[in-house]
Amino acid sequence: MLKISLSRLEELFAAIAEKQTLYIPSDRADGAAEFTKWEPGKALTQKLNTLRSAKDFFFPQTENIVDFKMEGKNIQVIDQRSEHEDFVIFGVRPCDARSFTILDKVFLSEPVDSFYKNRRDHGTVVTMACSRPAETCFCGTFGIDATEPEGDAACWSDGEDLFIKANNDKGQAFVDSISSLLEEGDTAKLDQVKAKTKEILSRLPLANLSTATFGGDTLNEHFNSEKWAELSESCLGCGTCTFVCPTCQCYDIKDFNTGNGIKRFRCWDSCMYSDFTKMAHGNPRTSQLERFRQRFMHKLVYFPANNNGEFGCVGCGRCLSKCPISMNIVKVMKALEVK
Amino acid sequence: MNNDTLIPHVGVVTDIRIDTPDVKTFRVVSPEGGKVFEHMPGQCAMLSTPGVGEAMFSITSSPTNKEFMEFSIKKCGCLTEWLHAMEVGQQITIRGPYGNAFPVDTELKGKDLLFIAGGIGLAPLRSVINYVRDKRSDYGQVQIVYGSRSKDDLVDYKEIIDEWMADPGVEVDLTIDNPQEGWDGHVGFVPNYVKELKPSTNKTVLVCGPPIMIKFTLAGLKELGFTETQVYTTMELRMKCGVGKCGRCNIGNKYVCKDGPVFRFDQLDALPDEY
Repeated sequence: MLKISLSRLEELFAAIAEKQTLYIPSDRADGAAEFTKWEPGKALTQKLNTLRSAKDFFFPQTENIVDFKMEGKNIQVIDQRSEHEDFVIFGVRPCDARSFTILDKVFLSEPVDSFYKNRRDHGTVVTMACSRPAETCFCGTFGIDATEPEGDAACWSDGEDLFIKANNDKGQAFVDSISSLLEEGDTAKLDQVKAKTKEILSRLPLANLSTATFGGDTLNEHFNSEKWAELSESCLGCGTCTFVCPTCQCYDIKDFNTGNGIKRFRCWDSCMYSDFTKMAHGNPRTSQLERFRQRFMHKLVYFPANNNGEFGCVGCGRCLSKCPISMNIVKVMKALEVK
Repeated sequence: MNNDTLIPHVGVVTDIRIDTPDVKTFRVVSPEGGKVFEHMPGQCAMLSTPGVGEAMFSITSSPTNKEFMEFSIKKCGCLTEWLHAMEVGQQITIRGPYGNAFPVDTELKGKDLLFIAGGIGLAPLRSVINYVRDKRSDYGQVQIVYGSRSKDDLVDYKEIIDEWMADPGVEVDLTIDNPQEGWDGHVGFVPNYVKELKPSTNKTVLVCGPPIMIKFTLAGLKELGFTETQVYTTMELRMKCGVGKCGRCNIGNKYVCKDGPVFRFDQLDALPDEY
């Protein structure tokens, strides 16, 4: 497999950044990792994953979708779209890489969301296999192999070298673009690292979490479960789970009057919020129980019903570590699977 | 770059009809004249005044009208108040059409039809009624049961009297909730009136109105011997995108904007009771 010494990462990043904008996960001042634009001297984080997911690259938290000029009774619609620049996201974890294929099912299904597709077409996803999964990880529950990441191209580290392999044509073009820095390397040590990682994965606390009692045809089993009351009782409706979730994609559309025209924005929204479904004539989900239930039913029942059984979760564990009341999808799954 | 459904077209309001104290009907054409897009009865469109808001409204005109689209809108919120304050010539934005439609060219074809509407619920059904009237030979008997709070709250009253009631192929049964001076027609709630009228159970029913009216009408129809597979309704939930992506109108695995707004009651039975 092609490789480059880890000591030459700076050189690798410089070569990538020469051709395209490069984003890597690096440490912020507060210690959390986040994807930022690479510039000389910026080092890859040693943390397992970024605080926020990588969905921002294709589905930004806020984006200006269209502008309007209002003159008297007339309206001018100003399409602000332009081709996105090419970019590379390096070091995406296997869970987040899978989230892109889940988001694709929403945004690339007809009618295609041109804002999302524009970014997707111009972005190259280079993934990084995991070697030190955390206690909150459960990607295996959703069929993700943390040692064999998806994405356009995938990378592995054996502690000395970074190995790299293309998964598709876009990934091959990326590998070709840096081929002068790469050399063939022996994977014997890497194979040991992978075997060790697999062994760690099998011993994780959530390794046995099962989706067996969920899926598209389990609506009636779960919707009226008495468990929802207790599970949702302490939910603050803060939406943190939604915002850190790599697959949550509900959005709002709002206008902002700049004083010199109207800017229309698309922003992340959360089904956990009380006004999410509120209309002038009423609200179909008036309690936090109903809103809480919607989020988990969507991921565990409704999404698989519409997507050949694929669940709307990748087991990244962000909601486990970020929820202020320590409620999360794992607790929901465990509670609901007990009859 | 391809068109994106979230980027709207401009529409011009060329006529505003005051239907009731809180319902106006707006005629919309494209700035170049003609319809902004084609639709089928039951489909909806996103109307917006940039800076105020954007919301989904049923298209109340029939697609057989080749010149313009109409929207009957009840004043009940921020955007609708603004729309009600508009004058002729005002531009708005419009995008669509969204959602499925009443199955006028398939399941409803050749059938005896019973339309049941309450208040502003006539708006989406008017599109079907006028479509059926324009293609009269494609359908069997047509009966319309329509009720409102008062005579003044009957939407499209002039069209009902001048055109529908004058149409020999259409039976119209009107009712208002309470007795009123100048009204010698039926008085009482729509669900009770339907039961009194005892429509033949071979009819296919299209019902729209306030949730409570729909609930009791369906119960009444069942008492009369109708089954849920004979009854269609159209729903509304909060929507932002119109294409099943923003997540707002999600009920079970359906999106009202994309998989609806028209549902048969047996289809609704399979969904969680969250609407």
